[in-house]
Amino acid sequence: MVILCQMKNFQVAIIGGGVIGSALAWELSHYKINVVVFEMGSDVASGTSKANSGVIHSGINSPPSSLKARFCVEGNKMFQSLATELGFPLKWIGKYVIAKDEDEIKELERLKTIGHKNKVAGLEIHDGLIVKKKEPNISCIAGLWVPTAGVITPYECTIALAENATENNVRFLLETKVKYLKKKADYFVIGTNKGEFQADVVVNAAGLNCGEIVSMIETPDFQIFPCRGEYLVLDKTYGSLIQSMVYPIPNKELGVLGVHITPTIDGNILLGPSAEFIDDSYDTSTTKEMMKTLFQEAREIIPALPEDTAINAYAGIRCKLASQKTGGWADYRIEESKRNPGLIYLLGIESPGLTAAPAIAKEVTQMISRRMNLEKKTTIRIQAIRRSRFSEMSLDEQSTLIQRDNRWGRVVCRCEQVTEAEVIDALSNPLNAQAFSSVKYRCRAGMGRCQGGFCTQHIVRIMEQQFHKDVKELKLKSPNSHLFIGNVRREI
Amino acid sequence: MIEQTADVVVIGGGPAGLAAAISAKQHRANRVIVLDRNQWLGGILPQCIHDGFGVEELGVSMTGPEYAETYIEMAKSQGIMFLTETMVLRFNEALEIIAVNKKGILKLKAKVIILATGCREKTRWYSMIPGTRPSGIYTAGVTQALINLYNIMPGKKVVILGSGDVGLIMARRLKFEGAQVMGVVEFLPYASGLPRNVVQCLDDFDIPLYLNHTITYIAGKERLEKVTIQQVDHTMTPIPGTEKQIACDTLLLSLGLIPENELAKTIGVEIDDHTGGPLVNQRLETTIPGVFACGNCLQVYDTVDMLSFDAKKTGQYAAEYFIRKKAIGQNSKKGLIVHAGVGVRYVVPQRISTYGTIHFTLRVDKPRGATTLLLTAGKKEVLKKKLLGVNPVSMIRIDANISAEIFMAANELEVTLCDN
Repeated sequence: MVILCQMKNFQVAIIGGGVIGSALAWELSHYKINVVVFEMGSDVASGTSKANSGVIHSGINSPPSSLKARFCVEGNKMFQSLATELGFPLKWIGKYVIAKDEDEIKELERLKTIGHKNKVAGLEIHDGLIVKKKEPNISCIAGLWVPTAGVITPYECTIALAENATENNVRFLLETKVKYLKKKADYFVIGTNKGEFQADVVVNAAGLNCGEIVSMIETPDFQIFPCRGEYLVLDKTYGSLIQSMVYPIPNKELGVLGVHITPTIDGNILLGPSAEFIDDSYDTSTTKEMMKTLFQEAREIIPALPEDTAINAYAGIRCKLASQKTGGWADYRIEESKRNPGLIYLLGIESPGLTAAPAIAKEVTQMISRRMNLEKKTTIRIQAIRRSRFSEMSLDEQSTLIQRDNRWGRVVCRCEQVTEAEVIDALSNPLNAQAFSSVKYRCRAGMGRCQGGFCTQHIVRIMEQQFHKDVKELKLKSPNSHLFIGNVRREI
Repeated sequence: MIEQTADVVVIGGGPAGLAAAISAKQHRANRVIVLDRNQWLGGILPQCIHDGFGVEELGVSMTGPEYAETYIEMAKSQGIMFLTETMVLRFNEALEIIAVNKKGILKLKAKVIILATGCREKTRWYSMIPGTRPSGIYTAGVTQALINLYNIMPGKKVVILGSGDVGLIMARRLKFEGAQVMGVVEFLPYASGLPRNVVQCLDDFDIPLYLNHTITYIAGKERLEKVTIQQVDHTMTPIPGTEKQIACDTLLLSLGLIPENELAKTIGVEIDDHTGGPLVNQRLETTIPGVFACGNCLQVYDTVDMLSFDAKKTGQYAAEYFIRKKAIGQNSKKGLIVHAGVGVRYVVPQRISTYGTIHFTLRVDKPRGATTLLLTAGKKEVLKKKLLGVNPVSMIRIDANISAEIFMAANELEVTLCDN
């Protein structure tokens, strides 16, 4: 164990623990190689991977023969087995792209044609009446029905990939920021705030920071244009407004899909995302103006959407390779550096990046296999059944568990009915991610109506007493997001 | 599965639940069980270490823990049973409760259920304040628990949004513990906490109160760095050009309380949009027979004294419900609907199922000078009371005699304010 902790030489180093880095780590965990992942956040999925729509796209939106189309369609087909294997929920709820006038119907035809070329199955254009039957709250004259679109909870997927990869000996180093990158004869030196590491192959999956990483070793031939998307989350009371996802005709000027309405796995409704090119790729703030705009645009789709139904707002940032001026659309770049062989770039992985992640991971694994011998492991640790949720069990199952371990009988988060056992399990995760948000994203404690009003204090106590944490160390979600300054009085 | 039966099951062991349980016992209910999800009894009181509790009711000023202790001891001496760290998962119209604690799943069959589930605090998202999502944002009640129960100091430089009582009390508490309190921001033209708290918690400590202001932006990459406050006009719209930034590491939200009725809603207890609590009749029974309500889940009270007073009534009515089957009015379908008219935000009870003397509690919609409170049944005046001045922060309590004649003749009662 000690030797493992001190190991600084790896065959593959992945920079970035978003969904792309985690999917690649998971794919590589099936082979007999040493892999490390550097993540600067306090947990995986701490950037764009946690702040998106969570949609598994079908592949009707990207031009045929583009990488976006190819990996989206391939990834889409992989998701069901991934979800089953890793135990994260996935619902194939389908989506409608709706047309408001005759011109927009032409757009539906165009999307359908693209979809056919990309080999997306089951596409049908429904007239307004049929749409109305399925989605009574939607107003349109026709809709393109896309049955192969689904939803997941994006951070759950990333966490599952990363945790299972860890169980199969990939090392995830959290709160580890890459500071320099050097090419030696046949390996790379990666300098971080946690020391220096070596790797034969380096994969740049740094998302919005991919440019920063490239410039550590060579002059980038590209530029990243951060494009912020704000979301509103509606109360679960309105969860039945729609059954499937509903999209407007995509906005071509910005190269985005437009403000759409998405039912989430947990029964909320998401409005968004907006699209706004910004300068600071870390600026995930929400704005009053955009909250209004989101509501107005959502009303175009659901005219009866009641006011004041939002219970939360957040923003994620797209990593675009094309500026607003040039139309915002550019294909992914998945390639090996010519100047520094062994350095693999994953650039501009924006939507449908979540869908594409498992397919991109396979592609990159192929690229790596050209540089080293990849031999499959004979045994793989399968993800233990998905973290059991007390709230989803039958009374008998609950009783049995409490008899076995009475911590299942203490409800810590009352809104989501999360027990002490689940909080402790979340905190004991293989990544050793121990921010408050790590608990929240793993067991839902603090995600309900009271937003932590009841459970914060109980979780703090569990962290103090059972994980021996000093209150000064406790963090909300990132390395410097400290929750408290210390004790009020010194304990006697 | 552990199965039990009880005459009365009280859900919630805070001040309301304790008062109701004691009263039910005193009114001859035998098996009274109180369930609470916390390890302790007394609800929020143990964290309210300031004094002022019990003045109206007992003539003594006590701290929250002292006041709670008085009731806990009384309850224990009367043989009331308690199950702490016990969370009710669900219940049904047959008054069967499923709860959980470390011993296992409990099934309780009750003759009557009293809801005493309290309230929760409004969060940042209730006001949808834009900006970033850094650490350092807490509700006032959570901060109070952290400091007073858990010995944890959240920050050094604090801004408080909302001038409700918890916010005011926490301004003083934080100051005592060495924090810099930069100000209390209130969007109304007046403080929403009790006047005595404005004086004792803010004025005495030179903490500025920004009336007609709100927070329009929250900034900070990881930990909170600053907030933008802005003046609002009479329609509560921020006035451009009045923005002012205040550097701080902590934001306390004291935006008000929401009665906690998630459980009640699951079995179809009707909720009054204005109180946020169950719609009740004069015997504080909800729209589901045998389910009663008291305390802050019924309506958010000004003081614990008044809350205990009303909760004791609930306990009494609940006991009488199954002992004497004294659910008056059950034999007649006739009932009066009580409306909040001009100047009145809400009235409890919202339904009256019999004649006699009825105890009403109500709140006005905005502060006014001298005014007259009118209770009318159709065109007929039932009660007229002159009031020197009214304020939404102070609950008004009146008793009115509804005669048999009025009860039979009218369908509705209305409470209005009539400026002289």
